[in-house]
Amino acid sequence: MTPPLLAAYGLGVTIAGNQVCSGLDLAILPGQCWAILGRNGAGKTTLLHTLAGLRGPAAGTIELRGKPLATLARRDIARLRGLLLQDDSDAFPATVLESVLVGRHPHLSRWQWEGAEDVRIAREALAAADMAGTEARDVRTLSGGERRRVALAALLAQQPRLFLLDEPSSHLDLSHQLTLLERLAAAVRLGDKSLIMVVHDVNLAVRYCDHALLLADGEAVAGPAQELFTAERLSAVYRVSLKEVAGPRGNLFAPD
Amino acid sequence: MSRISAVPALLALAVIALVAIALALSAGSVAIDPASVLRALFASGDSTQQAIVRELRLPRAVAAFAAGGCLSLAGALLQVLLRNSLADPYVLGVSGGAAAGALTTMLLGAAAWLVPVGAFGGALASTAIVFGLARGRGPWSPTRLLLTGVVVAAGWGAVVALILSLAPEAQLRGMLFWLIGDLSAPPAAWSTMGALLLALAAALPFAGDLNALARGDTAAAALGVDVLRLPWLLFALAAFLTAAAVTTAGAIGFVGLIVPHAVRLVLGNDQRVLLPAAALAGGTLLLVADILARQIAAPAQLPTGVITALIGVPTFLYLLRREQR
Repeated sequence: MTPPLLAAYGLGVTIAGNQVCSGLDLAILPGQCWAILGRNGAGKTTLLHTLAGLRGPAAGTIELRGKPLATLARRDIARLRGLLLQDDSDAFPATVLESVLVGRHPHLSRWQWEGAEDVRIAREALAAADMAGTEARDVRTLSGGERRRVALAALLAQQPRLFLLDEPSSHLDLSHQLTLLERLAAAVRLGDKSLIMVVHDVNLAVRYCDHALLLADGEAVAGPAQELFTAERLSAVYRVSLKEVAGPRGNLFAPD
Repeated sequence: MSRISAVPALLALAVIALVAIALALSAGSVAIDPASVLRALFASGDSTQQAIVRELRLPRAVAAFAAGGCLSLAGALLQVLLRNSLADPYVLGVSGGAAAGALTTMLLGAAAWLVPVGAFGGALASTAIVFGLARGRGPWSPTRLLLTGVVVAAGWGAVVALILSLAPEAQLRGMLFWLIGDLSAPPAAWSTMGALLLALAAALPFAGDLNALARGDTAAAALGVDVLRLPWLLFALAAFLTAAAVTTAGAIGFVGLIVPHAVRLVLGNDQRVLLPAAALAGGTLLLVADILARQIAAPAQLPTGVITALIGVPTFLYLLRREQR
C-alpha cells in the first residue's frame, strides 16, 4: 500500500484560545480529494494552514510522505505541497506571467533564474487555468475571478503533489468553478496527487470530493464521503436543516 | 524579467553612473576637461588639478553616490518589508532616528568613530518601532504607513530639538551642519561605499526570496521562504544603510522613495534586478542632485537635500494619489 501523502496523528489545533480540533488522526492517500467543511470561524483556514506547515499544531504531529514536517526543509515541503490562499493582494505591479513564475520558486536554487522550461510550465499552467494569452497583462488590472485563476495557475506551476485550496471557487463564475475543479480532480484521480479544499458550497464538495473533514464545535470528524455527506451530519455542521434531493449526477443537498 | 534582459539594463545604469561621476569630477568653479580628469586621477600631472580632483571632488562624488545608493537600497528593502511603494527611510522616520542617535553621541562627547554607531542605534530603534507595528499583518495601507512615519519622525524631531537646546555653544554649529547634510566634507566617503557594497552583497542572495515575500508573508511561506527570519535581515539592513547614508550626507529625503519607484516602472519588480538597479540609480540621482546643488547658485552651495526634496515631494504626492485610486 502506498504511504499517505499527508498524515496527522493526534492533531490538536487552536486559534486565539479556541479549539479547532483535537486528537485528529488523518491519512490522505494519493488519488484522494478531501473537503473541509464548517461554519464561518470554525477554523477551516487555520486547519488548512496547519496542515501546510505554516503554523505549528497545538498538539500532535503532521507527516508529509512519512516524514515529520518539522524535519523537512522549507523548500522540500514547498515542492510537495502547494497552497491556494483565500485572497491575493498585489502590492506591486507585475505581469501575469511573472506572478505565475513565482510558483517556480521552490524549484530554483538561490542563484538560479527561471529558464525556458519554467516559462513553458508557467504557460501550460495559465492555459490550464483558462488564462492563456494574458501573460503580459498587469495583475492589478484583472477582475477578481481572473486574478483567482492566475493564483491557481501559480499553484499549478509549483507542481506540488498535494494541493491545499482555500475556497477555490470564490470569485469564479459557475462554468469556471466546474471546469477548473474538474481538471484538478481529474489530475488527482490519475494517481499520485491529492487535494484538500476548504469549500462553502456543499454540492461542489459532494461532486468532487471522496473524503471530508467536518469541523463543528471544536471537533473534527474525518472520513469517507458516503459516511459524512448525509443530511443529518451536514445539518448538524451548518445548523441548518438540509434535505438530500436527487440531482442529475448523484444526490444534492438543499435547505428545507 | 529574464536574466538576458537584466544584464544590459544594469550595464546601462552603470554607464550612466560613470558618466555622472565624470561630470562631478570635471564640473565646478574650476572646470577641468575629461582628459585632464583622467590624468589627474591616474597619472601625476598638474598638481593643482590633481589636488582638486583627488582630494576635493572625488571624495565628494563617492560620498554622494554611496549615500544615494544606500538610501535607495534601504527604500527598496523597506518597500518589500511593508509591501507598500510609499515606504522610504525618511518618510518612516528612520533617517530621523539615525540623526537623533548621532547627535546624542555628539552631545555625550563620544569619540568621532562612535557617531556612526549612534546613528545606527537610532536607525535601528526607529525601524524596530515601524517593524514591530508591521509584524504579522497584511500589506500596509498608505494611511497606516504615513501616520506611523509622521508620528515617529515627529518624535525624533523633538529629540533633535531637545539635544540642540541642551548642546553647548561650541558644539551647536557642527551639529547643525551635520543635520542639514553636508557633502562638502564627507567624513569617510569610501567606508560609505563599502557599507553599500556590503549591504548589497548581503541582500542579493535573498532577492529571489524577496520576490516571493512581495506577494505577502503567507504566500511566501507557502513557497518555502523563511518568513520569520528574512524580515529581520531586511530590517537590520535598512537600518544599517540609512545610518551609513545619514552619517555621510545628513538626513536627505525621498531618494529611497523616488528611485525604487522609477526603477520598478522601467524594469519591473524583480528584486534580483531591482536591488542592484536601485543602488546604481540612487547613487546617480544623489550625485546629480549634488552637482546641481553646487552649480545652481554658485559660488553659494545649496544643501543637497533641498534638490532631492524638490523632486521627491511632488513624486510622493503623485504616488499617494495613485495609491488611493
